Amino acid sequence: MIKNKETFRQQKKVQNSIFTFLAFAFFVFSMLQLNIVPERIVRSIDRLGYIFSNMFPPVTNEPLNLFGAAIESIQVAILGTILGVLISLFLAVLAAKNLTFSPYLSYFIKAFAGFVRAVPALIWALLFIVAVGLGPTPGILALAINSIGMLVKVYGEALEEIDMGIVEALESAGATKLQVILQGVFPSVLTAFTAWSLFRLDVNIRYSAILGVVGAGGIGWELMKAAQMSRYDEALMVTIVIFGMVMSAEVISEFMKKRTNAATAQALN
Amino acid sequence: MMETILEIKHLNKTYPDGTEALKDISLSVKKGEFIVIIGPSGAGKSTFLRSINRLSEPSGGEILFHGEDIVKANRAKLRKIRRNIGMIFQGFNLVKRLPTVRNVLHGKLGYMSTWKGALGLFGQEEVEEALDILERVGLEKQAFKRADELSGGQQQRVAIARAINQSPSMILADEPIASLDPNASRVVMDYLQKACRDEGFTTIVNLHQVDFAKEYADRIVGIKNGEVYFDGPVHELTEDVIKAIYATDKEAMPV
Repeated sequence: MIKNKETFRQQKKVQNSIFTFLAFAFFVFSMLQLNIVPERIVRSIDRLGYIFSNMFPPVTNEPLNLFGAAIESIQVAILGTILGVLISLFLAVLAAKNLTFSPYLSYFIKAFAGFVRAVPALIWALLFIVAVGLGPTPGILALAINSIGMLVKVYGEALEEIDMGIVEALESAGATKLQVILQGVFPSVLTAFTAWSLFRLDVNIRYSAILGVVGAGGIGWELMKAAQMSRYDEALMVTIVIFGMVMSAEVISEFMKKRTNAATAQALN
Repeated sequence: MMETILEIKHLNKTYPDGTEALKDISLSVKKGEFIVIIGPSGAGKSTFLRSINRLSEPSGGEILFHGEDIVKANRAKLRKIRRNIGMIFQGFNLVKRLPTVRNVLHGKLGYMSTWKGALGLFGQEEVEEALDILERVGLEKQAFKRADELSGGQQQRVAIARAINQSPSMILADEPIASLDPNASRVVMDYLQKACRDEGFTTIVNLHQVDFAKEYADRIVGIKNGEVYFDGPVHELTEDVIKAIYATDKEAMPV
C-alpha cells in the first residue's frame, strides 16, 4: 500500500518535469520561429514612442461623425440583443428537455447553439458582410446569432429548473401548450431571463465597438480609418469614446441588475 | 337516484419499469358525491387521481366522464374535458410571481382562444368574477399580492378559487392538506367542502389523514396495492378495516 503510494508519487514527479520541459521548449521554439528576437523588441519600443508622441493631445476632426458612430454602435448592440433575445426565447422552449416536443429536437437545438457559440462574433460579422454587404446590418445579425448561442443555453437551463407543478396545474385546467408557456412558465423565469439578457446587452456593446473594424458599422470603423491614416491623435480620441461607451454600458447594466436583484430579494421576503 | 357522472372501468396503470400501480380499478361516482380516497403511501392513490384527467396516462381501461371516454380522447377533446375537471395539488402549483387574481384567472384559460389566453387578455367581467371567487375563499384582500407572499393555507385557497373559476362539474384534490399545519388544513378542507356543496361539484380527495377523511367524506374508498380494498359510507369504515388498509405489506408499491 505505502509502496504503491511512493511509486505513484515518483511517477507524478517525472510526468511533471517532462511537461515543464516540453512547455519551455515550445516557448523557445515559438520565439525563434516567430522571429521575436531582442533587437526587434528594442526597435519596436522606439516605434511605440513615436506613436505615443503623436497620440497627444487626442483630437477629433469631425466630432459629429464620431458621436454618430458611437450611437450607431450602441444601436447595433441593442438591436442585435433584441433580435437575439426574441429568437432565443422561442428556441430555448424547444431546447428545454421538460418542455420540448421531442428529445431529438432538444438535442439538435442545443448542438446548434453550441456551434453558434463557438464561432466568435467577429467571424459571424465577416460572414454576414459577404452575405448582406457592409454597414450596420451584418453587425446586428452577427451579434444576434452570437447572442443566440449563449442565451439558448442559459435560458434553457433556467427553463429546465422550473417547478413542473405549474405546467401540470395549467394543463389540468385545459390550457394549451402556448398558454402554459406564456402564462405559467415565462413569469416564473422572468427574473433570470432579464438578468441574462442585460448581461448579454453589456457583452454586445463591447463587441459592437470592435465589429466596425471589419466594416460592420459603428465606431470601430472610425478607429480603423484613423489607424490606417496614421492619425494616432484621432485614434486615441476614438479609443477614449469607446472606453466611455463600454464603461457607461457596464454602469447601466449593473444598475439594472441591482434593480432586478432587489425585486427578487423583495419577492423572497 | 342521482345520475352517475364518472364511471371507471377496469383501469390499469403499469409503469415502464413494470411496476403495476393500478390493478383493474372500477368505480362509479354519482353527481355531487364527496369521496375521500385513503390508503398507505405508494398504494396508488395519487396515480389513480392523476389518471382520471390523464396527467398520468392509464395503460388500460375506460374512464367515462359524462358518458365520454377520457382515455380515448384526442388532445382537443381532452382539453375540453379537463377544463370541466378542477384539480388541486399538494404543492398548490400556483405561478408564484404572479398576483393572486391572475392565478385565479388561469382557471379560465381552457375556455379562451389560444392566443387570447396566452397573452393574458382577460376581460373586465372575467376579472370581476375572479375577484368574487377570491372573496368567497376569504382572500379578497390578498387579490393583488403576489402568490408567494401568501401563507401555505392561503395559497391552497387560491388554488381552490382557480379550480372554482373553471366552473367544473368535478374537482380532484391530490393530498391538498399534506403540507399544511392542522389549523390551515381544517380551513382549507372547510372551504373545499363549502365550495363543493354550494356549486354541486362532485369531489374526489386523496387524504392520508383518516380522521379528516371520516369528517368530510360522504363515501370513502380505501386503496391498497393498487386495488380498491374498501368502498362504502363513512360509518362502515370500522377500525378493523382501517387497520387492514394500512397494514404493512411486503408487496407494497414503491412511491
